[in-house]
Order: sequence, then C-alpha cells, then structure tokens
Amino acid sequence: MADAKSERSLRIERPLSPHLQIYRPLINMVMSIVHRITGVALYVGTILLVWWLTALATGPDYFNTVSAIFGSLPGRVVLIGYTWALMHHMLGGLRHLLWDTGRGFDLATVDRLSWGTIIGSLLLTGAIWFTKLSGVSIL
Amino acid sequence: MKKMRTPLKNVRHLGSAHEGADHFMLQRMTAVANAVLAIFLVWLVASVAGADFAAARNLVRNPFVALALLALIVSGTIHMRLGMQTIIEDYFHGEGSKLVALALNTFFAIAVAMACVFAVLKLSFGA
Repeated sequence: MADAKSERSLRIERPLSPHLQIYRPLINMVMSIVHRITGVALYVGTILLVWWLTALATGPDYFNTVSAIFGSLPGRVVLIGYTWALMHHMLGGLRHLLWDTGRGFDLATVDRLSWGTIIGSLLLTGAIWFTKLSGVSIL
Repeated sequence: MKKMRTPLKNVRHLGSAHEGADHFMLQRMTAVANAVLAIFLVWLVASVAGADFAAARNLVRNPFVALALLALIVSGTIHMRLGMQTIIEDYFHGEGSKLVALALNTFFAIAVAMACVFAVLKLSFGA
C-alpha cells in the first residue's frame, strides 16, 4: 500500500487539456461565473446586515453614526452594488432551479434565460433605487 | 498478510455514504426560501433607509418583521455556507489548507447568524 502511494506521488508532467482561457466567452458561461462572484459578494456583504442590526440593538447614538455612513455617497454605492448582486444571484438561482427540473436546456432558451438574468437584475436594481431615491413610498 | 484488493475494490466495497444528496437538496431548499425572503429584505431596507432610530427599532420589533428576519438569517447563512464550501472545494487543493478554509467558513456563517439573531431578539424582548 505504501509502495503504491509513493509510486503515485511521482507525477509525470503530462499535457493538460485547454481550460477557460481559450474559449470565446458565451453569455451562459459569463452568467455562471458572475453567479459565483455575486454569491461571494453577498457572503461578505452579510457583514453590512450584522453591522446595521447590532447598531440598532446598541442604541440611538451608534445607530445614527452607522445610518449616516450608509446614507453617504460611498455607502449608497455599496448598497446599490449589494442590491444588484442580490437581484442577480436571485434571478440566476431561479434559472438554476428551473434547470434542476430538466427544463430549459435547448440553446435558444439557455441564451434567453442568461440574457434575462443580467437584464432583469439591472432593471430590478434600477426600479428599487429609483423608487427609493425619488421618495415614493412603497410601504 | 499481503493485501490482494486494489484501492478501487476497497472503495466499491464501502459503497455510497447515502448522504451525497444532502448538500444539493439543502442548497435548493434554502434557495427557494431565500428567493422569497430576499424580496422581504429589499422591502425592509427600502422602508428603514433614512428612517430615524425609533422608527427603525419599532419596525424590527414588529413580530412579523422579526420572524421574517430570523428566517432570512437562518436560511441565508446555511445557504451561503454551503455555497462557499463548494467554492473552497473547487479551489483549495491542499488537504490542510482546505480543512482550515472549511472551518473558517463554518465559523464565519455561525458568527454572522448568532450576531444577527442576538440583535433581533434583543430588539424584540429587550429594552
């Protein structure tokens, strides 16, 4: 057993099959990569929710400080980015749930769903922040 | 005694662990919950953005809002831990570094969940 293991560890340099870099980017491939990136962004961005909730639980003084940071221009840019990441990951997730049922795998549908993810996420983010910044109450 | 079985034969003898689908299914179940709860989160953020302390606190204290927030925290942190686990398993090739990354991933998800849950419960029950 030990002999077999040490033999295997002597790796021979073999040619590797080509990977991502040689392919022309296709929309479904780009959306797949962006889905993973937005997932990581949302993962890190949970710190924003922790920050806001703990500030609210701490008291008015600290909450006002945090509120002012979120309301500043850089704060707003981060929140708009977070909204887009959330919308993109949500639409991408719904696309994957549809694919999990075995539907929507013909190339035309794959392309339509992939374009729908990016366009839909931008439209939803725009609608949410236009509503918010124009002061229209959606309560 | 000399081992006659090949490594492949050993693995085949052990067979499947019968839990391979757990990760997949839990990822999908939390995804469905998150799709609904994400809309709630957008509504909540839009409602409290620019609100003063008292208004924000009263909104989070509302039992329905608090329960939805708790559901989002639990479902969201489970989902993000599973997702990051997949990414770590894809890109970490050393067994040691992979194990450390997986542990840190779990600790981060639990820390986020506990901090948020504690804050919501303090707001709901505390002064």
